[in-house]
Amino acid sequence: MVKVNGEPLDLAGMRLSDYLSSASYSLSFIAVEKNGTIVPRSQYDSCILADGDSVEIVSFVGGG
Amino acid sequence: MPLSTFQKLRYARHLVLKEIGEKGQEVLLSSKVLVIGAGGLASSAIAHLASAGVGTIGIADGDIVELSNLQRQFLHTFAALHTNKAISAGEFVRARDRDINVHLHPLFVDEHNICDLISGYDFVLDCVDRFETKFLINDACVLMKKPYSHAGAVRFQGQAMTYVPDKGPCLRCLLQTAPNGATCQSVGVLGAAVGVLGSVQALETVKFLLNIGRLLTGRVFYFDGLSFETKVVPFSGRDPDCAVCGEHPRIKDLSENAKEYHAACENVQGDTKQ
Repeated sequence: MVKVNGEPLDLAGMRLSDYLSSASYSLSFIAVEKNGTIVPRSQYDSCILADGDSVEIVSFVGGG
Repeated sequence: MPLSTFQKLRYARHLVLKEIGEKGQEVLLSSKVLVIGAGGLASSAIAHLASAGVGTIGIADGDIVELSNLQRQFLHTFAALHTNKAISAGEFVRARDRDINVHLHPLFVDEHNICDLISGYDFVLDCVDRFETKFLINDACVLMKKPYSHAGAVRFQGQAMTYVPDKGPCLRCLLQTAPNGATCQSVGVLGAAVGVLGSVQALETVKFLLNIGRLLTGRVFYFDGLSFETKVVPFSGRDPDCAVCGEHPRIKDLSENAKEYHAACENVQGDTKQ
């Protein structure tokens, strides 16, 4: 299982980019952290989710 | 300078906090902070910074007060309609405390003026409305090695983080490029929600100035006032490929990257997923 924003999901073996697009994230607005480290957008394709990974996705907003 | 009798009464509730005390209050009174943008985030941030006795507060904004601002930007009054926001916000600060030095900068920051502007301050607050300007502030602060507080807020939600040179990632480490996205004008915003984020920015400013607690450096605070989903997500370490603070930075001069700071803001993103 892979934890995404605290929720366990059956995503082991999946590309991070495939998960993000299946979950309809707008890539230019999000920051992704996996196991405590930033995953830059350039690595979404090569990042394969593994059992036990913990992923946090934060959507940024402009406005002030 | 030691506190006067008046100041000891004025800041009595700070003096009993072991993290502040007389020494800390003296530090706050001698500190210089620049707030860029005088809207919703800044209303809350400036009110708290001025009340707390931050001795010099710079306010930069080239915009004018409009009727639609008053629903959340409580620094501004009906009487201030159509006047410059920095000047209007400065009047709010002076009404609270005449001892605070207010430096007014009634201008929009751009790639030409921002480095000079921030150079005289200890800490900067990004309280602007557009991502493009948030990235301009980020890049200027990275290049000038200036600590700053980032925040953004629309609808009922927002985020905040604190950049400290060589201590954690910058905004560009996390998002790479300025997204073309939601502003308060396009999707709406509740004053009480944006005020939470502005208050967080004031809190981070005081913590940085006094070197107390644990900053939102290498961490992002996320807040959704509708669901009360609130979290602090660790983003430890910089992105080594970051275009401004990475190992081989592409952005070394703001003028060369000016196009990104002036990107059109018309294709507004209507919804962002949590």
